[in-house]
Amino acid sequence: MIMIVDKIYTENMFLYYSGKMALNNISIKIPEKKVTAFIGPSGCGKSTFLRSLNRMNDLIDGVKIEGNVIIDNINIYDKNIDVVNLRKKVGMVFQKSNPFAKSIFENVAYGPKINGISDKKQLEEIVENALRNAAIWDEVKDRMGDSAMGLSGGQQQRLCIARTLAVNPEIVLMDEPASALDPLSTAKIEELIVQLKENYTIVIVTHNMQQAARISDNTAFFYLGELIEYDKTKKIFTNPDKKQTEDYITGRFG
Amino acid sequence: MTKEPSKNKTSGESTAESTEPVRIDITRKKFRFGDYIAEKIIKGVAFLSITIIVLIFFFVFREAFPIFSDSKEVKPAATEQTVQDAQETYGVVTDHTTKAETQETYGDITDTPVKVETQETYGAVTDSSQVQEQYGVQTNDTSITTDPSDTYTVSAGSGFDDNQSAIKTLITKDWIPVSEKPRYGLLALILGTFKITLISLLFAAPIAILAALYTAVFANKRMKEIIKPTIELLAGFPSVVIGFFALMVLATFLQEVFHYETRLNSFVGGIAMGIAAIPIIFTITEDALTAVPKSFFEASLAIGASKWQTAFFVILPAATPGIFAAILLGVGRVFGETMIALMATGNAAQMDLNPFASVRTLAATIGAEMAEVVFGDTHYNVLFLIGSLLFIFTFIINAIAEFYVKGKLMKRIQGK
Amino acid sequence: MIKSFKKNIKGIVIEGITLASALLIIAIVIIMLTVIIIGGKDQLSWEFLTSFPTDGMTKGGIFPAIYGTALLVIIMSIAAVPFGTVTAIYLTEYAKENSIIAKTIRFAVRTLAVIPSIIYGLFGLGFFIKFVGAHIDGAFYGGELRWGQPNLLWASLTMALLTLPVVIVSVEEALKTVPQELRAASLALGATKWQTIQKVVIPGSLSGIMTGTILAVSRGAGEVAPILFTGAAYYLATLPGLSDQFMVLGYHIYVLTTQSANVDQTLPIQFGTTCVLLMLTFILNMTAVILRYRIRKKKTN
Repeated sequence: MIMIVDKIYTENMFLYYSGKMALNNISIKIPEKKVTAFIGPSGCGKSTFLRSLNRMNDLIDGVKIEGNVIIDNINIYDKNIDVVNLRKKVGMVFQKSNPFAKSIFENVAYGPKINGISDKKQLEEIVENALRNAAIWDEVKDRMGDSAMGLSGGQQQRLCIARTLAVNPEIVLMDEPASALDPLSTAKIEELIVQLKENYTIVIVTHNMQQAARISDNTAFFYLGELIEYDKTKKIFTNPDKKQTEDYITGRFG
Repeated sequence: MTKEPSKNKTSGESTAESTEPVRIDITRKKFRFGDYIAEKIIKGVAFLSITIIVLIFFFVFREAFPIFSDSKEVKPAATEQTVQDAQETYGVVTDHTTKAETQETYGDITDTPVKVETQETYGAVTDSSQVQEQYGVQTNDTSITTDPSDTYTVSAGSGFDDNQSAIKTLITKDWIPVSEKPRYGLLALILGTFKITLISLLFAAPIAILAALYTAVFANKRMKEIIKPTIELLAGFPSVVIGFFALMVLATFLQEVFHYETRLNSFVGGIAMGIAAIPIIFTITEDALTAVPKSFFEASLAIGASKWQTAFFVILPAATPGIFAAILLGVGRVFGETMIALMATGNAAQMDLNPFASVRTLAATIGAEMAEVVFGDTHYNVLFLIGSLLFIFTFIINAIAEFYVKGKLMKRIQGK
Repeated sequence: MIKSFKKNIKGIVIEGITLASALLIIAIVIIMLTVIIIGGKDQLSWEFLTSFPTDGMTKGGIFPAIYGTALLVIIMSIAAVPFGTVTAIYLTEYAKENSIIAKTIRFAVRTLAVIPSIIYGLFGLGFFIKFVGAHIDGAFYGGELRWGQPNLLWASLTMALLTLPVVIVSVEEALKTVPQELRAASLALGATKWQTIQKVVIPGSLSGIMTGTILAVSRGAGEVAPILFTGAAYYLATLPGLSDQFMVLGYHIYVLTTQSANVDQTLPIQFGTTCVLLMLTFILNMTAVILRYRIRKKKTN
């Protein structure tokens, strides 16, 4: 029997934007090396919650967090936590791809270089592995020196994934990674995500329910800052417990 | 710069593939020295700009302050000493030029009814003979200290200086800092400055504002791409070049058109300063006009108003605070402009409302006389006092332009 | 019919007047350029630019003025560009947008930008020369007058203060063209703030830093008021060092035109010098305008 380890879990977590409550009592357990999807209508707080997991919300003024957010048995909001290192462990891919205005190689090598790796051979090895894991190696291996801005949208996004993988995180957070892409690129990314879960814990926010149904193991439904229901994907989409969940799934509101 | 040393077990350093991730230690907050230092230095330097303003404030006022303390009394004996000083410390190099400099600007101007004598007329002038003699004439006109042992014609600390009497003379009309009984009347200078400012704004403001209106409302892309760079180029003209142009060309041209007597006067200087002020008035007006929300523009057109009606009755009123600010900043620019004043205004400190008479501005006075002044002398202090006045004036103008205008603008956009 | 015709006329007239104003400005610029270039172009020769003035400024060249201007501008840039860039970095990267500190610094910068240039001269005199210089003399030279007088160093520093706002504004503009998403991406990869600035933000704003420097240089080369009594001189037989007075193009023009004894004879040199200064600032400004245009284009892409 496979032991499912809780990679991430939160207890009674609240989040406030300048006094206004945005996340209301979120308690959730996210297992290791699986794909967990957050779904819900716009503005329901799923992206906000996602960003709390690598403390990107720290960059916003007036944000306050209460409760526990625990990764690998460590409360990441403890005052002794080194946030910079946390983000090496918990990587993030953004909605709109944001490659640096550098070459493809330099984009992926950015992370390792930050970590102090300067040996050329080592860097090349890391970059190649990352690009392979992101399923884009074949497309760019002959133009590593070209600017990343010359790639298509889908390629750029896979490049950003490669960039994230290059720092060897354990968790990869994805904030609507395919929402700005065409169906073909989306399919490629979805395929990639299913492969990645072998080695990484994936948490993905998506407004595309079918996508969540296709690729995730567990799904959490958020609404107005609250976690309404969280269960195995199959159950959420075929036989949800809460009426709100059912209404959303069946498209009664969006 | 900041190389992460392998103090902390950070993954990605040793392992190349992702099969066995090394656990990153995130529980000890790492002190990143490079980052810390960088932040401290950056913060410190940024405060520099505030520090500079404070320092300017302090040091300019500091040198003006002694005039208000009545403990100062310069004895005649000290005069000779300080005269020595003058030659060394502010080296305007050849004696030749030194003499020339003093000749032009000082003199009992108020006494002589004949204005021609005291005006400066540089450059290629039509009736040159009389002009050239200016310098010669002035040497005989001893309005400078008559102490026979005093062989310098530099504005040395004049004999009967003391700050009490100096203060009293501040509000008089006679600016005669170099004489037996020096008088530091600022009124003529202030009047001169105001005359020039008025003339320059009357010239520059309408032109700049109308041009900005054209650019913001009527112009197509092509015209914009011609006008805006031209304005930026004009803004880049050094004021000494504009002064040169005014002195050489503009003065002659205007004299032929308007037929006035003195070639260099507040009119010429005003126009020249106006040319220098056009860019700033234009830029800020144009910013104000384009800042008016496009929805105003579209709503007006949708009702059936024409472009010009919209421009005049909707956009212009909405941008009024910004235009006001533009004019204010134009005033500030002209008020403190030195080189054009030195070259194109005639540099005669006199109380005359005629725009075609020569004037002396406050800034020009500082520029012309500071190099010859004795350090610590009353004259020196008065010049710094003038500087302080200029500083306060421009500071206030800038503050008004910022706060008042911003406040009004906000009110307007949000609906009073 | 008539009413709308009248309205139309009104519209045309108004548009015409505003157009005329714009054209007038363009005309003024063209006239100034033409007059000066035509008047001075004959003077421009390699000799003119590389030799010293002779015969009481009626013959010879303006090399020392060019040299002095170059030195002035270089020292000024070394002082102003780093400080200005760092201040801009603080404003965009470290300070909270609406904090009192940021607002105060911005207000200070804008105030510095509108202070008349002659006041900087006074400050240079009262602070650099009479305070810093005098104290240096007291401490290191036993009171002997060496640094407590007008010279190239103090004049350059004075000019640096004058151009500081220009640098700050240009660099800030460039820093803001770097999209927030890039900073977010860098931080999400586990880079620190300073690393992000070093490796992502600054490389992305180099053109803005260059623009700021060019604009500062252009101003520094052309302004005369701040150096009237902090170091500029009319005639020096030798090239200056840091503690000497120096010749500058702008000051040279000023003195030549207002105080030379043989106006007719020095006239060609006057035009020549003005022409040189004008072309110098013209080229610098054009470059900056083009650069800035490119930056703004990149932003909207």
